[in-house]
Amino acid sequence: MNFIHNLEVAINGLRANKMRSFLTMLGIIIGVAAVIIMISVGQGASKKIAGQIASMGSNLLIVFPGAGQGPVRGASGSVNTLTLEDAEAIAGLSMVAHVAPELSTNATIGYASQTWTAQVVGTTPEMQMIKDWPVSAGSFFTGDDVRSAAMVAVLGKTVVDNLYLPGTNPVGSTIRINRLPFTVVGVLAPKGASLTGQDQDNVVYIPVSAAQKRLMGVNYVRLINVQAETPESMNFVQSSIENLLRQRHRLVGTSSDDFNVRNLTSVLETAESTTAVMTLLLASVAAVSLLVGGIGTMNIMLVSVTERTREIGLRMAVGATESNIRNQFLVESLVLCLIGGIAGILVGIAGSKIISKAFGWPTFVTVSSILLSAGFSAAVGIFFGYYPAKKAAGLDPIEALRFER
Amino acid sequence: MAGKTAIVLENIKKVYSMGETQVFALKGISLTIREGEMVAVMGPSGSGKSTLLNILGCLDRPTGGTYYLGGEDVSRLNKNQLALVRNKRIGFVFQNFNLLGRFPVLANVQLPLVYAGVGKKEMADRAKEALDWVGLSKYADHYPGQLSGGQQQRVAIARALVNNPSLILADEPTGALDSRTSIEIISVIQKLNIEKGITVVMVTHEKDIALYCRRLINVKDGRVLGDTPVSNPRNAAEDLAAIPEEREALS
Repeated sequence: MNFIHNLEVAINGLRANKMRSFLTMLGIIIGVAAVIIMISVGQGASKKIAGQIASMGSNLLIVFPGAGQGPVRGASGSVNTLTLEDAEAIAGLSMVAHVAPELSTNATIGYASQTWTAQVVGTTPEMQMIKDWPVSAGSFFTGDDVRSAAMVAVLGKTVVDNLYLPGTNPVGSTIRINRLPFTVVGVLAPKGASLTGQDQDNVVYIPVSAAQKRLMGVNYVRLINVQAETPESMNFVQSSIENLLRQRHRLVGTSSDDFNVRNLTSVLETAESTTAVMTLLLASVAAVSLLVGGIGTMNIMLVSVTERTREIGLRMAVGATESNIRNQFLVESLVLCLIGGIAGILVGIAGSKIISKAFGWPTFVTVSSILLSAGFSAAVGIFFGYYPAKKAAGLDPIEALRFER
Repeated sequence: MAGKTAIVLENIKKVYSMGETQVFALKGISLTIREGEMVAVMGPSGSGKSTLLNILGCLDRPTGGTYYLGGEDVSRLNKNQLALVRNKRIGFVFQNFNLLGRFPVLANVQLPLVYAGVGKKEMADRAKEALDWVGLSKYADHYPGQLSGGQQQRVAIARALVNNPSLILADEPTGALDSRTSIEIISVIQKLNIEKGITVVMVTHEKDIALYCRRLINVKDGRVLGDTPVSNPRNAAEDLAAIPEEREALS
């Protein structure tokens, strides 16, 4: 009963001073909206990075050739020391899920009278597993195609879009890669841009053997993608690969590696945790504005208590206890902050959407950020409402009844 | 009516400490008021009559002495217990009405019931009954600001009545009203004293108004100076009939 009465009194009080209530709420609204927007921007960014980690392949180690520290040093990839046999040997290590060598070049692709430049990647069917990349038509080439160095190709979406008329199915057609005919066996589903903004769909996959023998006439591979079975096993797999390759390349004693194993996932994970720290920072700044809003609420509640001193005195005279009075003002500041909080959540969600649209940033409003800011605004209401409410409850009824404004 | 005692004060003292100095507001007041009495308390300002009324109303505690309200010692109760006594057993009428302008008349009358934990339906029923009793039932949805002074004071009386108190304390209830309206309000107070048998203690500085009571207590310098029955108390309803009804049409 008393709670409902308090609620009615609170709403009545807020209504009586609409402008003042609105301005007070505005502090809370801005604070809550800022928290939600900041968290959603941060969440969007880390979701994007997480998505890129997944598209690149999770638990991924990349073995590059070269980059030794001998007398003649070169950038990684500047020497060609990795072979298909290295890749096969790595596939035999424990905790290794998939191995896909890569030999890529930029080439001109022709179909009918159209030409298009794309990255041509020679690899094995395991590439599809590592990148978790489904086909939208046809299928990926097979291990048999690799063994026989078959002249087959799997096209990325961008290549298809630029060579074929809309609506045509490329599967079964023949394209020319640097004038050599390849039969299209599959089309990959679109994947979008990579972390560096590169179009991942502008790609043609062919068997690595065909790339070595027919297209480029080399017997090395540019790099080897290795997927570990679990994130925890990555360090183990990395050192196994290093040991294996040192053996295979007959590197003994202090002679430096002629290869380089990189853990790209960890690089991205670092980026992800950096984003998380940024999110926390932004949210903290936003939380400060919520705090300022809370102080505004306290200010107004103090004014409200002073204004209603006689009312408090009267309520006490007709039987209100100190806790009745205290609760009445607590409910009022709670209502103020909760209404502000709910409005702030709506503004925050709308604001996130607008930012998404206007700046093209991915934003992601999480349930936890909504609950967090709702809880935070309620806490602000109670925390900053408590002092004024306590002050109201501590008034002497005689003094309060005699109070002249 | 002259049966049980409503109020017994035994050597009530009130001392205010103001830093070093002590102010003796009440210097030992003893008096007995029986149920159903209508008592006027008079005295110059600074006489301690307001302090006396505050103690009678359980808004304040005496520093010494004992106060029995309806046979129960209420002089040592804590704040919450005093709030309960005020809520259940005492009704207040103030000089400046003390109505809450933000709320309609009915909500104002209901206010004591809110703190008595009465259900919503019963609250509205009892408030309407009290409003009806003071003759303002049609103003239930009006706001206090829309009513005349006399009407506002009647709403305040309805609020004082709504909890069926045994004691009504009126602090200069006619102080803000013109003389005709004053008599009107006094007639309502007389009516609740006679018809409902509620004990009334009224502080006033107007001798005319005091003469409507049946007993007159004079307070000065924190002591009871005189305590006399009014030999022939006036009847407000009769006096009212004798005054031309110039203002009735306005209200």
